[in-house]
Amino acid sequence: MIRVELVKLVRNRRTWTTIAVIDALPVLVAVLLAVTDIGPRPGTGPAFLSAVLADGTLFPLAALGIVLPLFLPLAVAITAGEAIAGEAQQGTLRYLLIRPVGRTRLLVAKLVSIMAFVVLAVLVVAATAYLLGALLLGNESVSATGPASVSGSAMSTPELVGRTLLALGYAMLCMLGVAAVGLFLSTIARSPLGAALGTMALLVASTLLLTLDAADVLRAYLPTRYWLAFVDLFRDPILWRDVLRGVLLQLAYVVVFLGAAWANFMTKDVTD
Amino acid sequence: MTRESVIATAGLTKRFGRITAVDSVDLDVREGDVYGFLGANGSGKTTTVRMLLGLVLATSGQMEVLGQPMPSNWRDVLPRVGAMVEGSAAYPHLSGRRNLALIDAAGPGGQRADRKSRIAEALERVGLLAVDDRPVRAYSLGMRQRLGLAGALLRRPRLLVLDEPTNGLDPQGIQEIRKLLLDLNRTGTTVFLSSHLLTEIEQMCSRVGVLERGRLVLQAELADLRRATGRVEVRTPDVDLVRTLLDGVVEEYDATRLLVRESDPAGLNARLVRAGVRVTALAAEQRSLEDVVLEAAAASGDRFGGIP
Repeated sequence: MIRVELVKLVRNRRTWTTIAVIDALPVLVAVLLAVTDIGPRPGTGPAFLSAVLADGTLFPLAALGIVLPLFLPLAVAITAGEAIAGEAQQGTLRYLLIRPVGRTRLLVAKLVSIMAFVVLAVLVVAATAYLLGALLLGNESVSATGPASVSGSAMSTPELVGRTLLALGYAMLCMLGVAAVGLFLSTIARSPLGAALGTMALLVASTLLLTLDAADVLRAYLPTRYWLAFVDLFRDPILWRDVLRGVLLQLAYVVVFLGAAWANFMTKDVTD
Repeated sequence: MTRESVIATAGLTKRFGRITAVDSVDLDVREGDVYGFLGANGSGKTTTVRMLLGLVLATSGQMEVLGQPMPSNWRDVLPRVGAMVEGSAAYPHLSGRRNLALIDAAGPGGQRADRKSRIAEALERVGLLAVDDRPVRAYSLGMRQRLGLAGALLRRPRLLVLDEPTNGLDPQGIQEIRKLLLDLNRTGTTVFLSSHLLTEIEQMCSRVGVLERGRLVLQAELADLRRATGRVEVRTPDVDLVRTLLDGVVEEYDATRLLVRESDPAGLNARLVRAGVRVTALAAEQRSLEDVVLEAAAASGDRFGGIP
Protein backbone atom coordinates (compact mmCIF):
# COMPACT_ATOMS: atom_id res chain seq x y z
CA MET A 1 0.00 0.00 0.00
CA ILE A 2 2.86 2.37 0.81
CA ARG A 3 4.28 1.75 -2.65
CA VAL A 4 0.90 2.50 -4.22
CA GLU A 5 0.66 5.78 -2.31
CA LEU A 6 4.16 6.75 -3.45
CA VAL A 7 3.30 5.96 -7.06
CA LYS A 8 0.17 8.09 -6.72
CA LEU A 9 2.27 10.92 -5.26
CA VAL A 10 4.86 10.84 -8.01
CA ARG A 11 2.31 10.44 -10.81
CA ASN A 12 0.21 13.36 -9.65
CA ARG A 13 0.98 16.49 -11.56
CA ARG A 14 -0.13 18.56 -8.59
CA THR A 15 2.77 17.25 -6.51
CA TRP A 16 5.24 18.70 -8.97
CA THR A 17 3.33 21.94 -9.43
CA THR A 18 3.32 22.49 -5.67
CA ILE A 19 7.03 21.76 -5.44
CA ALA A 20 7.71 24.12 -8.34
CA VAL A 21 5.76 26.87 -6.58
CA ILE A 22 7.65 26.24 -3.33
CA ASP A 23 10.90 26.28 -5.26
CA ALA A 24 10.06 29.53 -7.06
CA LEU A 25 10.49 31.73 -3.99
CA PRO A 26 14.15 30.90 -3.22
CA VAL A 27 14.88 31.13 -6.95
CA LEU A 28 13.42 34.62 -7.03
CA VAL A 29 15.42 35.58 -3.94
CA ALA A 30 18.63 34.25 -5.50
CA VAL A 31 18.05 36.17 -8.73
CA LEU A 32 17.25 39.39 -6.86
CA LEU A 33 20.33 39.04 -4.69
CA ALA A 34 22.53 38.32 -7.67
CA VAL A 35 21.18 41.19 -9.74
CA THR A 36 21.06 43.86 -7.04
CA ASP A 37 23.90 42.65 -4.89
CA ILE A 38 21.98 44.01 -1.88
CA GLY A 39 21.82 41.48 0.94
CA PRO A 40 20.04 41.90 4.23
CA ARG A 41 22.29 43.28 6.94
CA PRO A 42 23.77 40.56 9.15
CA GLY A 43 21.31 39.54 11.82
CA THR A 44 18.22 40.67 9.92
CA GLY A 45 16.08 38.85 7.39
CA PRO A 46 15.80 35.06 7.02
CA ALA A 47 18.58 32.98 8.52
CA PHE A 48 21.86 32.79 6.58
CA LEU A 49 20.69 35.12 3.86
CA SER A 50 23.21 37.79 4.71
CA ALA A 51 26.07 35.36 4.25
CA VAL A 52 25.15 34.02 0.81
CA LEU A 53 26.32 37.02 -1.17
CA ALA A 54 29.81 36.15 -0.13
CA ASP A 55 29.50 32.37 -0.11
CA GLY A 56 27.00 30.92 -2.56
CA THR A 57 27.35 27.40 -1.23
CA LEU A 58 25.43 28.50 1.85
CA PHE A 59 22.40 29.29 -0.27
CA PRO A 60 20.73 25.86 0.15
CA LEU A 61 20.53 26.53 3.89
CA ALA A 62 19.23 30.03 3.29
CA ALA A 63 16.65 28.68 0.83
CA LEU A 64 15.37 26.18 3.39
CA GLY A 65 15.19 29.01 5.91
CA ILE A 66 12.97 30.89 3.47
CA VAL A 67 10.73 27.92 2.69
CA LEU A 68 10.34 26.24 6.08
CA PRO A 69 8.41 28.83 8.09
CA LEU A 70 5.52 29.29 5.68
CA PHE A 71 5.54 27.69 2.25
CA LEU A 72 6.34 24.13 3.22
CA PRO A 73 3.83 23.93 6.11
CA LEU A 74 1.11 25.24 3.79
CA ALA A 75 1.92 22.55 1.24
CA VAL A 76 1.97 19.90 3.97
CA ALA A 77 -1.38 21.13 5.30
CA ILE A 78 -2.90 20.80 1.82
CA THR A 79 -1.37 17.38 1.12
CA ALA A 80 -2.36 16.01 4.54
CA GLY A 81 -5.84 17.50 4.36
CA GLU A 82 -6.26 15.76 1.02
CA ALA A 83 -5.14 12.37 2.35
CA ILE A 84 -8.40 10.83 3.56
CA ALA A 85 -10.99 13.50 2.79
CA GLY A 86 -9.75 13.73 -0.81
CA GLU A 87 -10.11 9.98 -1.37
CA ALA A 88 -13.53 10.13 0.25
CA GLN A 89 -14.68 13.00 -1.95
CA GLN A 90 -13.40 11.22 -5.06
CA GLY A 91 -15.20 8.04 -4.00
CA THR A 92 -11.98 6.05 -4.15
CA LEU A 93 -11.79 5.64 -0.35
CA ARG A 94 -14.55 3.01 -0.37
CA TYR A 95 -12.84 1.07 -3.13
CA LEU A 96 -9.54 1.08 -1.24
CA LEU A 97 -11.25 -0.15 1.92
CA ILE A 98 -13.12 -2.97 0.20
CA ARG A 99 -10.09 -3.97 -1.84
CA PRO A 100 -9.35 -4.52 1.18
CA VAL A 101 -6.77 -2.15 2.59
CA GLY A 102 -6.84 -2.04 6.40
CA ARG A 103 -7.71 1.33 7.83
CA THR A 104 -4.56 1.50 9.97
CA ARG A 105 -2.41 0.56 7.01
CA LEU A 106 -4.06 3.21 4.87
CA LEU A 107 -3.35 5.90 7.49
CA VAL A 108 0.29 4.82 7.75
CA ALA A 109 0.68 4.79 3.97
CA LYS A 110 -0.82 8.28 3.75
CA LEU A 111 1.54 9.58 6.43
CA VAL A 112 4.55 8.06 4.69
CA SER A 113 3.44 9.58 1.41
CA ILE A 114 3.09 13.04 3.00
CA MET A 115 6.57 12.79 4.46
CA ALA A 116 7.90 11.58 1.12
CA PHE A 117 6.43 14.72 -0.36
CA VAL A 118 8.26 16.84 2.25
CA VAL A 119 11.57 15.08 1.53
CA LEU A 120 11.04 15.51 -2.20
CA ALA A 121 10.27 19.20 -1.79
CA VAL A 122 13.28 19.78 0.48
CA LEU A 123 15.58 17.92 -1.92
CA VAL A 124 14.38 19.88 -4.93
CA VAL A 125 14.72 23.18 -3.06
CA ALA A 126 18.19 22.30 -1.77
CA ALA A 127 19.38 21.11 -5.18
CA THR A 128 18.16 24.18 -7.10
CA ALA A 129 19.49 26.42 -4.36
CA TYR A 130 22.88 24.73 -4.56
CA LEU A 131 23.02 25.21 -8.32
CA LEU A 132 21.86 28.82 -8.15
CA GLY A 133 24.24 29.55 -5.28
CA ALA A 134 27.16 28.19 -7.22
CA LEU A 135 26.21 29.90 -10.48
CA LEU A 136 24.85 33.27 -9.42
CA LEU A 137 26.11 34.10 -5.96
CA GLY A 138 29.50 34.72 -4.43
CA ASN A 139 31.98 31.90 -4.60
CA GLU A 140 34.73 33.10 -2.30
CA SER A 141 34.65 31.52 1.10
CA VAL A 142 34.08 33.97 3.92
CA SER A 143 37.33 33.01 5.52
CA ALA A 144 40.13 30.67 4.67
CA THR A 145 38.87 28.16 7.20
CA GLY A 146 35.42 27.89 5.64
CA PRO A 147 31.94 29.24 6.33
CA ALA A 148 31.18 30.81 9.66
CA SER A 149 28.58 29.72 12.17
CA VAL A 150 25.84 32.11 13.21
CA SER A 151 27.98 32.88 16.26
CA GLY A 152 30.82 34.03 14.05
CA SER A 153 33.33 31.25 14.59
CA ALA A 154 34.50 29.10 11.71
CA MET A 155 33.02 25.69 10.85
CA SER A 156 34.63 22.90 8.91
CA THR A 157 32.78 21.45 5.97
CA PRO A 158 32.00 18.07 7.64
CA GLU A 159 30.68 19.93 10.67
CA LEU A 160 28.51 22.09 8.44
CA VAL A 161 27.15 19.04 6.62
CA GLY A 162 26.41 17.28 9.89
CA ARG A 163 24.61 20.27 11.34
CA THR A 164 22.67 20.75 8.11
CA LEU A 165 21.45 17.15 8.31
CA LEU A 166 20.42 17.69 11.93
CA ALA A 167 18.57 20.84 10.95
CA LEU A 168 16.82 18.99 8.11
CA GLY A 169 15.80 16.22 10.49
CA TYR A 170 14.43 18.79 12.90
CA ALA A 171 12.48 20.53 10.13
CA MET A 172 11.05 17.17 9.00
CA LEU A 173 9.84 16.50 12.53
CA CYS A 174 8.13 19.89 12.59
CA MET A 175 6.43 19.01 9.30
CA LEU A 176 5.45 15.61 10.72
CA GLY A 177 3.62 17.52 13.44
CA VAL A 178 1.73 19.51 10.80
CA ALA A 179 1.03 16.30 8.86
CA ALA A 180 -0.44 14.63 11.98
CA VAL A 181 -2.83 17.53 12.57
CA GLY A 182 -3.77 17.60 8.88
CA LEU A 183 -4.34 13.86 8.76
CA PHE A 184 -6.56 14.01 11.84
CA LEU A 185 -8.69 16.79 10.37
CA SER A 186 -8.77 14.86 7.09
CA THR A 187 -10.49 11.95 8.84
CA ILE A 188 -13.10 14.33 10.23
CA ALA A 189 -13.78 16.87 7.49
CA ARG A 190 -16.06 16.13 4.57
CA SER A 191 -13.95 18.12 2.14
CA PRO A 192 -10.16 18.15 1.72
CA LEU A 193 -10.27 21.92 1.60
CA GLY A 194 -11.88 22.05 5.03
CA ALA A 195 -9.16 19.85 6.51
CA ALA A 196 -6.39 21.90 4.88
CA LEU A 197 -7.88 25.20 5.98
CA GLY A 198 -8.34 23.89 9.51
CA THR A 199 -4.67 22.92 9.68
CA MET A 200 -3.58 26.27 8.30
CA ALA A 201 -5.85 28.06 10.75
CA LEU A 202 -4.11 26.30 13.63
CA LEU A 203 -0.68 27.31 12.31
CA VAL A 204 -1.70 30.90 11.69
CA ALA A 205 -3.35 31.13 15.11
CA SER A 206 -0.24 29.70 16.71
CA THR A 207 2.02 32.19 14.93
CA LEU A 208 -0.26 35.05 15.94
CA LEU A 209 -0.52 34.01 19.58
CA LEU A 210 3.26 33.83 19.79
CA THR A 211 3.40 37.60 19.30
CA LEU A 212 0.82 38.25 22.01
CA ASP A 213 2.13 38.77 25.51
CA ALA A 214 -1.25 37.90 27.04
CA ALA A 215 -0.91 34.41 25.54
CA ASP A 216 2.27 33.78 27.46
CA VAL A 217 0.92 30.74 29.32
CA LEU A 218 0.14 29.04 26.04
CA ARG A 219 3.40 29.88 24.35
CA ALA A 220 5.33 26.73 25.23
CA TYR A 221 2.57 24.54 23.77
CA LEU A 222 2.01 26.32 20.48
CA PRO A 223 3.00 24.12 17.53
CA THR A 224 5.07 26.76 15.74
CA ARG A 225 6.85 27.92 18.93
CA TYR A 226 10.17 26.18 18.25
CA TRP A 227 10.05 25.83 14.47
CA LEU A 228 12.91 28.23 13.86
CA ALA A 229 15.05 26.69 16.60
CA PHE A 230 16.98 24.88 13.87
CA VAL A 231 19.05 28.07 13.55
CA ASP A 232 20.42 27.28 17.02
CA LEU A 233 22.06 24.20 15.54
CA PHE A 234 24.45 26.54 13.72
CA ARG A 235 25.56 28.38 16.82
CA ASP A 236 28.84 27.61 18.45
CA PRO A 237 28.45 25.75 20.71
CA ILE A 238 25.08 24.37 19.64
CA LEU A 239 22.25 25.82 21.71
CA TRP A 240 20.30 22.64 22.43
CA ARG A 241 17.63 23.96 24.80
CA ASP A 242 14.99 25.13 22.29
CA VAL A 243 15.75 22.35 19.83
CA LEU A 244 15.11 19.70 22.47
CA ARG A 245 11.94 21.38 23.66
CA GLY A 246 10.86 21.62 20.04
CA VAL A 247 11.48 17.90 19.51
CA LEU A 248 9.42 16.98 22.58
CA LEU A 249 6.60 19.33 21.66
CA GLN A 250 6.42 18.05 18.07
CA LEU A 251 6.49 14.44 19.27
CA ALA A 252 3.59 15.21 21.59
CA TYR A 253 1.63 16.72 18.69
CA VAL A 254 2.41 13.73 16.48
CA VAL A 255 1.35 11.19 19.12
CA VAL A 256 -1.84 13.00 20.14
CA PHE A 257 -3.09 13.82 16.67
CA LEU A 258 -2.12 10.55 15.00
CA GLY A 259 -3.81 8.72 17.88
CA ALA A 260 -6.92 10.82 17.43
CA ALA A 261 -6.84 10.30 13.65
CA TRP A 262 -6.54 6.55 14.12
CA ALA A 263 -9.29 6.34 16.74
CA ASN A 264 -11.63 8.41 14.61
CA PHE A 265 -10.92 6.63 11.33
CA MET A 266 -11.26 3.13 12.80
CA THR A 267 -14.83 3.80 13.94
CA LYS A 268 -15.89 6.02 11.07
CA ASP A 269 -18.83 5.18 8.83
CA VAL A 270 -17.60 5.60 5.28
CA THR A 271 -20.68 6.97 3.56
CA ASP A 272 -19.11 9.10 0.84
CA MET B 1 -31.48 -28.82 -1.71
CA THR B 2 -29.85 -26.36 0.66
CA ARG B 3 -27.05 -24.39 -0.82
CA GLU B 4 -24.30 -22.83 1.20
CA SER B 5 -25.12 -19.45 2.70
CA VAL B 6 -23.24 -16.54 1.14
CA ILE B 7 -24.81 -13.61 2.94
CA ALA B 8 -26.70 -14.09 6.19
CA THR B 9 -27.67 -11.24 8.46
CA ALA B 10 -29.68 -11.33 11.66
CA GLY B 11 -31.35 -8.26 13.06
CA LEU B 12 -29.04 -5.99 11.12
CA THR B 13 -29.77 -2.42 12.21
CA LYS B 14 -28.16 0.94 11.53
CA ARG B 15 -29.15 4.19 13.13
CA PHE B 16 -27.75 7.55 12.10
CA GLY B 17 -28.59 9.72 15.07
CA ARG B 18 -32.36 9.48 15.47
CA ILE B 19 -32.95 8.11 12.00
CA THR B 20 -33.15 4.35 11.62
CA ALA B 21 -31.80 3.70 8.13
CA VAL B 22 -31.83 -0.09 8.31
CA ASP B 23 -34.19 -1.80 10.70
CA SER B 24 -33.63 -5.38 11.79
CA VAL B 25 -32.91 -6.89 8.39
CA ASP B 26 -32.46 -10.66 8.00
CA LEU B 27 -30.92 -11.27 4.60
CA ASP B 28 -30.45 -14.79 3.29
CA VAL B 29 -28.45 -15.14 0.08
CA ARG B 30 -27.40 -18.60 -1.08
CA GLU B 31 -24.55 -19.81 -3.22
CA GLY B 32 -25.41 -19.48 -6.91
CA ASP B 33 -28.17 -16.94 -6.42
CA VAL B 34 -28.68 -13.86 -8.47
CA TYR B 35 -30.21 -11.97 -5.61
CA GLY B 36 -32.18 -8.84 -6.40
CA PHE B 37 -32.18 -6.34 -3.58
CA LEU B 38 -35.03 -4.02 -4.42
CA GLY B 39 -36.07 -0.79 -2.82
CA ALA B 40 -36.86 2.83 -3.56
CA ASN B 41 -34.13 5.44 -3.30
CA GLY B 42 -33.58 6.14 0.36
CA SER B 43 -34.98 2.81 1.55
CA GLY B 44 -31.64 1.79 3.09
CA LYS B 45 -30.24 -0.40 0.28
CA THR B 46 -26.93 1.36 0.02
CA THR B 47 -26.46 1.50 3.79
CA THR B 48 -27.08 -2.26 3.95
CA VAL B 49 -24.59 -2.89 1.15
CA ARG B 50 -22.03 -0.71 2.90
CA MET B 51 -22.50 -2.63 6.12
CA LEU B 52 -21.99 -5.94 4.31
CA LEU B 53 -18.67 -4.59 3.01
CA GLY B 54 -17.53 -3.21 6.36
CA LEU B 55 -17.68 0.44 5.25
CA VAL B 56 -20.48 1.35 7.62
CA LEU B 57 -20.50 -0.19 11.09
CA ALA B 58 -23.81 -1.70 12.18
CA THR B 59 -25.55 -0.36 15.28
CA SER B 60 -26.66 -3.89 16.15
CA GLY B 61 -27.17 -7.30 14.60
CA GLN B 62 -24.93 -9.98 13.11
CA MET B 63 -23.60 -10.49 9.61
CA GLU B 64 -21.95 -13.42 7.92
CA VAL B 65 -20.49 -13.08 4.44
CA LEU B 66 -19.07 -16.15 2.68
CA GLY B 67 -19.56 -18.06 5.92
CA GLN B 68 -17.50 -15.76 8.11
CA PRO B 69 -18.51 -13.00 10.49
CA MET B 70 -18.22 -9.47 9.15
CA PRO B 71 -16.78 -6.97 9.72
CA SER B 72 -14.41 -8.79 12.12
CA ASN B 73 -13.10 -11.20 9.46
CA TRP B 74 -12.73 -8.67 6.64
CA ARG B 75 -9.19 -9.85 5.95
CA ASP B 76 -10.49 -13.25 4.81
CA VAL B 77 -13.81 -12.19 3.37
CA LEU B 78 -13.21 -9.08 1.30
CA PRO B 79 -10.50 -10.48 -1.01
CA ARG B 80 -13.14 -12.90 -2.31
CA VAL B 81 -15.75 -10.20 -2.85
CA GLY B 82 -15.94 -7.86 -5.81
CA ALA B 83 -18.06 -4.80 -5.35
CA MET B 84 -19.36 -1.65 -6.88
CA VAL B 85 -21.02 0.76 -4.49
CA GLU B 86 -22.89 3.86 -5.61
CA GLY B 87 -21.22 4.26 -8.95
CA SER B 88 -17.64 3.70 -9.90
CA ALA B 89 -14.83 5.93 -8.71
CA ALA B 90 -11.32 6.37 -10.05
CA TYR B 91 -8.38 8.73 -9.96
CA PRO B 92 -9.41 11.13 -12.72
CA HIS B 93 -5.92 12.04 -13.94
CA LEU B 94 -4.89 8.42 -14.56
CA SER B 95 -5.92 6.03 -17.31
CA GLY B 96 -8.37 3.21 -16.67
CA ARG B 97 -5.63 0.59 -16.87
CA ARG B 98 -3.43 2.45 -14.40
CA ASN B 99 -6.36 2.86 -12.03
CA LEU B 100 -6.98 -0.88 -12.08
CA ALA B 101 -3.28 -1.59 -11.57
CA LEU B 102 -3.14 0.74 -8.57
CA ILE B 103 -6.20 -0.71 -6.87
CA ASP B 104 -4.92 -4.22 -7.59
CA ALA B 105 -1.52 -3.45 -6.06
CA ALA B 106 -3.10 -1.79 -3.02
CA GLY B 107 -4.44 -4.95 -1.40
CA PRO B 108 -3.59 -8.58 -0.81
CA GLY B 109 -3.69 -11.32 -3.43
CA GLY B 110 -3.03 -9.06 -6.40
CA GLN B 111 -0.08 -10.95 -7.86
CA ARG B 112 2.13 -8.70 -9.87
CA ALA B 113 3.13 -11.39 -12.33
CA ASP B 114 -0.33 -11.84 -13.82
CA ARG B 115 -1.65 -8.34 -13.14
CA LYS B 116 -1.49 -7.27 -16.77
CA SER B 117 -3.34 -10.31 -18.03
CA ARG B 118 -5.98 -10.09 -15.30
CA ILE B 119 -6.57 -6.42 -16.11
CA ALA B 120 -6.86 -7.24 -19.81
CA GLU B 121 -9.30 -10.04 -19.03
CA ALA B 122 -11.46 -7.81 -16.81
CA LEU B 123 -11.45 -5.03 -19.39
CA GLU B 124 -12.41 -7.48 -22.11
CA ARG B 125 -15.33 -8.81 -20.06
CA VAL B 126 -16.78 -5.34 -19.61
CA GLY B 127 -16.08 -4.29 -23.21
CA LEU B 128 -13.26 -1.84 -22.58
CA LEU B 129 -10.31 -3.85 -23.91
CA ALA B 130 -9.61 -1.50 -26.79
CA VAL B 131 -9.73 1.64 -24.64
CA ASP B 132 -6.76 3.97 -25.12
CA ASP B 133 -4.68 5.69 -22.47
CA ARG B 134 -6.92 8.69 -22.05
CA PRO B 135 -7.40 9.71 -18.41
CA VAL B 136 -10.59 8.60 -16.68
CA ARG B 137 -11.53 12.28 -16.53
CA ALA B 138 -12.33 12.02 -20.24
CA TYR B 139 -14.47 8.87 -19.88
CA SER B 140 -18.21 8.92 -20.49
CA LEU B 141 -20.52 7.87 -17.67
CA GLY B 142 -21.05 4.49 -19.30
CA MET B 143 -17.30 3.91 -19.64
CA ARG B 144 -16.78 4.78 -15.97
CA GLN B 145 -19.46 2.33 -15.00
CA ARG B 146 -17.78 -0.39 -17.07
CA LEU B 147 -14.44 0.45 -15.49
CA GLY B 148 -15.99 0.11 -12.03
CA LEU B 149 -17.33 -3.28 -12.99
CA ALA B 150 -13.91 -4.31 -14.31
CA GLY B 151 -12.47 -3.37 -10.93
CA ALA B 152 -14.99 -5.58 -9.18
CA LEU B 153 -14.14 -8.51 -11.48
CA LEU B 154 -10.38 -8.13 -11.25
CA ARG B 155 -9.73 -10.93 -8.79
CA ARG B 156 -12.47 -13.28 -10.00
CA PRO B 157 -14.56 -12.96 -6.85
CA ARG B 158 -16.93 -15.61 -5.52
CA LEU B 159 -19.44 -12.96 -4.58
CA LEU B 160 -20.25 -9.85 -6.59
CA VAL B 161 -22.01 -7.06 -4.74
CA LEU B 162 -23.28 -4.49 -7.20
CA ASP B 163 -25.21 -1.37 -6.34
CA GLU B 164 -27.11 0.01 -9.36
CA PRO B 165 -24.55 -1.36 -11.86
CA THR B 166 -26.40 -0.29 -15.00
CA ASN B 167 -26.70 3.40 -14.07
CA GLY B 168 -25.63 5.58 -16.94
CA LEU B 169 -25.48 2.77 -19.51
CA ASP B 170 -27.38 2.86 -22.78
CA PRO B 171 -29.83 0.05 -23.61
CA GLN B 172 -27.20 -2.01 -25.45
CA GLY B 173 -24.82 -1.53 -22.54
CA ILE B 174 -27.47 -2.70 -20.06
CA GLN B 175 -28.10 -5.76 -22.22
CA GLU B 176 -24.36 -6.52 -22.33
CA ILE B 177 -23.90 -6.17 -18.58
CA ARG B 178 -26.94 -8.33 -17.93
CA LYS B 179 -25.50 -11.05 -20.15
CA LEU B 180 -22.11 -10.72 -18.47
CA LEU B 181 -23.57 -11.09 -14.98
CA LEU B 182 -25.64 -14.13 -15.98
CA ASP B 183 -22.52 -15.69 -17.58
CA LEU B 184 -20.56 -15.12 -14.38
CA ASN B 185 -23.40 -16.58 -12.36
CA ARG B 186 -23.42 -19.71 -14.52
CA THR B 187 -19.73 -20.22 -13.79
CA GLY B 188 -20.34 -20.10 -10.05
CA THR B 189 -20.34 -16.46 -8.97
CA THR B 190 -23.07 -15.42 -6.59
CA VAL B 191 -24.45 -12.02 -7.56
CA PHE B 192 -26.04 -9.61 -5.12
CA LEU B 193 -27.66 -6.92 -7.20
CA SER B 194 -29.17 -3.88 -5.59
CA SER B 195 -31.47 -1.78 -7.72
CA HIS B 196 -34.56 0.38 -7.69
CA LEU B 197 -35.51 -0.87 -11.14
CA LEU B 198 -38.16 -3.58 -10.99
CA THR B 199 -37.64 -4.68 -14.56
CA GLU B 200 -33.92 -5.14 -14.07
CA ILE B 201 -34.48 -7.38 -11.05
CA GLU B 202 -37.32 -9.25 -12.76
CA GLN B 203 -35.21 -10.05 -15.80
CA MET B 204 -32.13 -11.25 -13.99
CA CYS B 205 -32.74 -12.44 -10.50
CA SER B 206 -33.59 -15.84 -9.09
CA ARG B 207 -34.36 -14.48 -5.66
CA VAL B 208 -35.55 -11.11 -4.43
CA GLY B 209 -35.57 -9.14 -1.22
CA VAL B 210 -37.60 -5.97 -0.96
CA LEU B 211 -36.53 -3.20 1.36
CA GLU B 212 -39.09 -0.59 2.40
CA ARG B 213 -38.10 2.19 4.78
CA GLY B 214 -35.25 0.12 6.13
CA ARG B 215 -37.33 -3.03 6.68
CA LEU B 216 -37.11 -6.18 4.65
CA VAL B 217 -40.77 -6.66 3.78
CA LEU B 218 -40.34 -9.56 1.41
CA GLN B 219 -37.73 -12.20 0.63
CA ALA B 220 -38.48 -15.14 -1.64
CA GLU B 221 -37.67 -17.04 -4.82
CA LEU B 222 -38.82 -15.05 -7.82
CA ALA B 223 -40.47 -18.14 -9.32
CA ASP B 224 -42.62 -18.56 -6.19
CA LEU B 225 -43.67 -14.95 -6.27
CA ARG B 226 -44.62 -15.13 -9.91
CA ARG B 227 -46.58 -18.36 -9.72
CA ALA B 228 -49.81 -18.45 -11.70
CA THR B 229 -52.74 -16.87 -9.92
CA GLY B 230 -55.26 -19.52 -11.01
CA ARG B 231 -56.98 -17.08 -13.32
CA VAL B 232 -56.97 -16.82 -17.09
CA GLU B 233 -56.96 -13.55 -18.94
CA VAL B 234 -59.15 -13.56 -22.04
CA ARG B 235 -59.14 -10.78 -24.61
CA THR B 236 -62.09 -10.73 -26.93
CA PRO B 237 -64.56 -8.36 -28.63
CA ASP B 238 -67.41 -10.63 -27.46
CA VAL B 239 -67.25 -9.84 -23.74
CA ASP B 240 -70.99 -10.19 -23.13
CA LEU B 241 -71.14 -13.57 -24.86
CA VAL B 242 -68.34 -14.87 -22.64
CA ARG B 243 -70.04 -13.56 -19.52
CA THR B 244 -73.27 -15.46 -20.23
CA LEU B 245 -71.28 -18.55 -21.26
CA LEU B 246 -69.07 -18.62 -18.14
CA ASP B 247 -71.50 -17.33 -15.58
CA GLY B 248 -70.09 -17.42 -12.05
CA VAL B 249 -66.37 -17.76 -12.81
CA VAL B 250 -65.76 -14.35 -14.40
CA GLU B 251 -64.11 -12.30 -11.70
CA GLU B 252 -63.43 -9.04 -13.50
CA TYR B 253 -64.15 -7.62 -16.90
CA ASP B 254 -64.10 -4.49 -19.01
CA ALA B 255 -64.88 -3.71 -22.67
CA THR B 256 -62.27 -6.03 -24.23
CA ARG B 257 -60.92 -8.20 -21.46
CA LEU B 258 -62.04 -10.66 -18.80
CA LEU B 259 -60.40 -12.46 -15.90
CA VAL B 260 -61.77 -15.95 -15.46
CA ARG B 261 -61.11 -18.33 -12.55
CA GLU B 262 -60.00 -21.45 -14.40
CA SER B 263 -57.02 -23.73 -13.96
CA ASP B 264 -56.95 -25.08 -17.54
CA PRO B 265 -56.35 -22.33 -20.13
CA ALA B 266 -56.26 -24.75 -23.11
CA GLY B 267 -59.60 -26.32 -22.21
CA LEU B 268 -61.15 -22.90 -21.69
CA ASN B 269 -59.93 -21.80 -25.11
CA ALA B 270 -61.44 -24.84 -26.82
CA ARG B 271 -64.76 -24.25 -25.06
CA LEU B 272 -64.91 -20.57 -26.05
CA VAL B 273 -64.04 -21.25 -29.67
CA ARG B 274 -66.64 -24.01 -29.87
CA ALA B 275 -69.24 -21.54 -28.65
CA GLY B 276 -68.25 -19.12 -31.43
CA VAL B 277 -66.35 -16.57 -29.28
CA ARG B 278 -63.74 -14.59 -31.20
CA VAL B 279 -60.66 -14.86 -28.98
CA THR B 280 -57.96 -12.22 -29.52
CA ALA B 281 -55.65 -13.49 -26.80
CA LEU B 282 -55.78 -15.94 -23.93
CA ALA B 283 -53.20 -16.69 -21.26
CA ALA B 284 -52.80 -17.82 -17.68
CA GLU B 285 -52.49 -14.77 -15.48
CA GLN B 286 -49.18 -14.36 -13.68
CA ARG B 287 -48.46 -11.94 -10.92
CA SER B 288 -45.86 -9.41 -11.97
CA LEU B 289 -43.10 -8.55 -9.56
CA GLU B 290 -44.58 -5.08 -9.45
CA ASP B 291 -47.88 -6.41 -8.06
CA VAL B 292 -46.02 -8.43 -5.45
CA VAL B 293 -43.83 -5.55 -4.41
CA LEU B 294 -46.68 -3.05 -4.20
CA GLU B 295 -48.66 -5.51 -2.14
CA ALA B 296 -45.77 -6.18 0.25
CA ALA B 297 -44.91 -2.51 0.56
CA ALA B 298 -48.50 -1.55 1.30
CA ALA B 299 -48.74 -4.33 3.88
CA SER B 300 -45.78 -2.89 5.73
CA GLY B 301 -48.32 -0.35 6.95
CA ASP B 302 -45.98 2.24 8.37
CA ARG B 303 -46.25 4.99 5.84
CA PHE B 304 -46.56 8.55 6.97
CA GLY B 305 -48.87 9.72 4.22
CA GLY B 306 -52.08 8.18 2.91
CA ILE B 307 -52.11 5.72 0.02
CA PRO B 308 -53.60 7.50 -3.01
